[in-house]
Amino acid sequence: MSVKPSVGQPVSRLEGRQKVTGTAKYAAEYNVPGLLYGYVVSSTIPKGKILNIDISGAKALEGVVEVLTHQNRPKLAWFDLQYADMDAPPGTVFKPLHDDEIKFNGQPIALVVATDFETARYAATLIKVDYQQEGFETCINNSLHKARDAKKGLATVLKPPPPKPEGDFKKAYEAAPFKVDTEYRHSPEHHNPIELFATTTVFEGEGKLTIYDKTQGTINNQVFIANVFGLQYKNVRVLAPFVGGAFGSGLRPQYQLFLSVMAALHLKRNVRVTLDRQQMFSLGHRPQNIQRLKFAANESGQLTAMQHSAFVETSSYEDYTEVISSWSHRLYPSKNTLFEYKVVPLDLSTPIDMRAPGGSTAMHAIECTMDQLAYKLNVDPLELRLRNYAEIDPSTKKPFTSKALRECYQQAAERFGWNKRNPQPASMPRGNKLVGYGMATGVWDAYQFPSRVEAMITAEGKLVVNNAVTDIGTGTFTVMTQIAADEFGLSIEDVTFNYGDSKKPFSMFQGGSSMTSSTGVAIVIAAKALKEKMLKKAKGIKGSPLAAASEKEVVFANGRISLRSDPSVFISFEAIVAANKGQAIKTTNMGKPHALKLRKYSKMTHSASFVEVEVDKELKIITVTRAVTAVAAGKIINPKTARSQISGSMIWGISKALHEESIVDETLGKYVNPNLGEYHIPTHADVNQLEVIFADEKDELINELGVKGVGEIGLVAMPAAIANAVFHATGKRITKLPIHFDELLE
Amino acid sequence: MNSFSYLRVNSTREALNAVAADSGASFIAGGTNLIDLWKYDLSHPDLLIDLNQVDDLKALKSTGTGGVRLGALLSNADTAYHPVIESRYPLLSKAILAGASAQIRNMATNGGNLLQRTRCYYFYDANSPCNKRSPGSGCSALKGYNRIHAILGASEECIAVFPSDMCVGLAALGAVINIVGPNGDRRIPFADFHRLPGDRPDIDNTLKKGELITSIDLPAKGFEKNYSYLKLRDRHSYAFALVSVATGLELEGEIIKDARIALGGVSHKPWRVPEAEDLLRGKAVTPENFAQAADLILQGAKGYKYNQFKIELAKRAIVRNCMMALDPSTQRPGAQPSL
Repeated sequence: MSVKPSVGQPVSRLEGRQKVTGTAKYAAEYNVPGLLYGYVVSSTIPKGKILNIDISGAKALEGVVEVLTHQNRPKLAWFDLQYADMDAPPGTVFKPLHDDEIKFNGQPIALVVATDFETARYAATLIKVDYQQEGFETCINNSLHKARDAKKGLATVLKPPPPKPEGDFKKAYEAAPFKVDTEYRHSPEHHNPIELFATTTVFEGEGKLTIYDKTQGTINNQVFIANVFGLQYKNVRVLAPFVGGAFGSGLRPQYQLFLSVMAALHLKRNVRVTLDRQQMFSLGHRPQNIQRLKFAANESGQLTAMQHSAFVETSSYEDYTEVISSWSHRLYPSKNTLFEYKVVPLDLSTPIDMRAPGGSTAMHAIECTMDQLAYKLNVDPLELRLRNYAEIDPSTKKPFTSKALRECYQQAAERFGWNKRNPQPASMPRGNKLVGYGMATGVWDAYQFPSRVEAMITAEGKLVVNNAVTDIGTGTFTVMTQIAADEFGLSIEDVTFNYGDSKKPFSMFQGGSSMTSSTGVAIVIAAKALKEKMLKKAKGIKGSPLAAASEKEVVFANGRISLRSDPSVFISFEAIVAANKGQAIKTTNMGKPHALKLRKYSKMTHSASFVEVEVDKELKIITVTRAVTAVAAGKIINPKTARSQISGSMIWGISKALHEESIVDETLGKYVNPNLGEYHIPTHADVNQLEVIFADEKDELINELGVKGVGEIGLVAMPAAIANAVFHATGKRITKLPIHFDELLE
Repeated sequence: MNSFSYLRVNSTREALNAVAADSGASFIAGGTNLIDLWKYDLSHPDLLIDLNQVDDLKALKSTGTGGVRLGALLSNADTAYHPVIESRYPLLSKAILAGASAQIRNMATNGGNLLQRTRCYYFYDANSPCNKRSPGSGCSALKGYNRIHAILGASEECIAVFPSDMCVGLAALGAVINIVGPNGDRRIPFADFHRLPGDRPDIDNTLKKGELITSIDLPAKGFEKNYSYLKLRDRHSYAFALVSVATGLELEGEIIKDARIALGGVSHKPWRVPEAEDLLRGKAVTPENFAQAADLILQGAKGYKYNQFKIELAKRAIVRNCMMALDPSTQRPGAQPSL
């Protein structure tokens, strides 16, 4: 009996038991001998200079080993470029403890290193800092006059500026019979993964480090550390076997890594640095933004003009950007377009990608504008989307590798019962509440990055696969194991996937919903090469029953290579490795996108969300009572982990629409709610019925696996669907996120 | 290290002696707020006097005058789920269960609940001006982000609100607080326990240095037939109230014999206006009459940049909650609005 294929099966997370029983070790849990503990001192002003920093009280404390500041830190690389990680936006990267300049509130200004955490934390309170404060601006509303184009750099490759205008927007808009003009505003958000950012640096001798880090990219951080501290790549090993959520916050090396390594090299000791929850609000975040959209349609509801202008926060030192303005034209055809993107520098830390960066920001505005247009036209909102359905990508005029968005609309609408909707706002009472139905479209890129995989068959006939990728909680470990197992017809118990280690072959950082396609495809490529090698070895064995067999004539299954025509003729994997003097048979191969072929196509995932809300008639309290999201993302490797990605994203959508915001006090220049008590995300009581549908989407063009990625697409449509449902329930259009229920009070 | 001494006491006498002997001492019961304050560097006790072994503070017994005496050390959860409280004082039970999380309610005590500090953002940020934390430094909330702040009884010095839900229920019931101290025992009516900020926002209540709350007396009348607790907030659980209302009604047919209405989330103390309750006596249970009472309760309310909405919201919440009290079976988990 052959092993049942694992791809397509709802396999539970292989590391699930370790996680729920607490045996999974995270970056701050490696208790190496002689460990020292670092605690970061954070600036308490948003902008200015450190005039004086008095560390004497802290240094005098028993147990304090060192206090590092900009004045006494070891010498470091001074070329900015050496600090630029793979995800660094154009600009001048922030260098911790570099000089006396304060660029944002909560900026690290000193590191206390002590023999225990409590002493380090207490000593930090004894450090006295005198500042010269300068004028600052932390609110985008007051800084629009500073809006400008973003500088271009390496990051521009993945985040191109909006395309040039097409047609004549102004003329078409003015002439159109139906038009909508709306401004949208979003508060900043912080990722707030439950695992705090932490690094344990193990000093392995002169110039050699083993680093346990919370990161989405082991190699990105390895290269960063080697460059900044002048170490050899081979002597820096970054490990992240378990990551307790990151959502983009771990795409760039964070300052606790830098400080932990600096202290370890300086003291020649093992050093751990852990941030606390408040300090995590000094890392990157989803930027504040203001968007202005003007859409126009003709009598039959076809879009004739689209303007999308985005004004988005960045820091004073880097030009972080997102793709925001151009999404509408990837979904809807329009002859006249005008897309703009301006950065607005503020005295806050540089934003960083946060789940569906740009996409979720843009699609809220786009899909709420479409909803308004539907009301102007007196057309059902879903019908309006179908009238503007793009069979080819309107922005590039290229066909899609696949696009099952129509199926998403149909299946989700049917499951939801969209046809029961009375289009009239505030027309569906339920007791003392008004019910609202809203829908929206989601779209996201289907990325694939180069990835290298080492694959080997061991003396025991088992498969081992190695890649540097992390598993930030998405199920990557499980999914990669499934893909590898199927390639060799093995059960997943016979496959070991080693990951989260910069010593393993190259993987990009885990972002953009790209890992299943990137490392997954590399596994397929490596497996193919390894199978060839195995067959060759098998054929070379003296008296081999497969001596005459070609690749097509054999099957890899159950730990054997056997003849397709007669499975009783076989050689076991063990026998092949034994014939190789017991040495594992291995290969390392690169998987990469078929750039040439794919240049002719547009590659995207799509989704549609349908949401029901209840709004209390007088008190205006909003409840998302149910939601259905259908996703078209190519082949689904593991329906269980994929479903978790989508339902988790849907909950985030509820959060983004109704709860989540980092509140900036403009007078003090700081976030005032940096804790999980006041930074509201949904509780169980806020999450009701959620349904996930995976539309059948066969994609033979996109890559060897036909996969796209499900990490982000589940979030994209939800905020607009909720906002549209709130409008339908109440007749009131709230264009600011999160929606505060009291804004619905007359 | 942030060092401190720890002392476990077995009786209120021992507790009082210990606290009298050390000006930097602090009692600890559940610790659900004290530990927060400590971590935020806002509280620095050099001696922790652990009350958890003082068993006579954990009782729930009769007051002898028809009421019920709640031990100060009884946990919020044990109080809310106690059969006597569920049957005779369901308003208190619902108010408690609307607050915090199950884990916190399991640890938090009744005495501690009365003494919790405000959740004003600026109070917890040691680097922002705050008159409650450092008198004379100014009030950051006044011109800051004041969505969660007071609309009633505030001063130019402080617009913080008292965050308890339980206390809104206790205020409505008209509880009495029993206190022991170096100068003898005292009984404080609930309305006189918490204070308005005035020019001393650093003082939350009238408990004096060295005193200890031993119990809370609930009066005989529990409004168990017609009661409701409503909590409006930015999510359905684990968030402090923007506005909350406790209502107890005593009815004769459609006519109100007695009414209690207390507001939470709007002031430095649970807010009660006896004139509004007087107004309702003898009136019919109509939304119009409750709206009149609501207007009276909100008289003098003043909103700030981000919390103007609370005035209208509180009025609507009062009317709704009084209507909900007519049929307490409509109560929903987390004190969400119903009907």
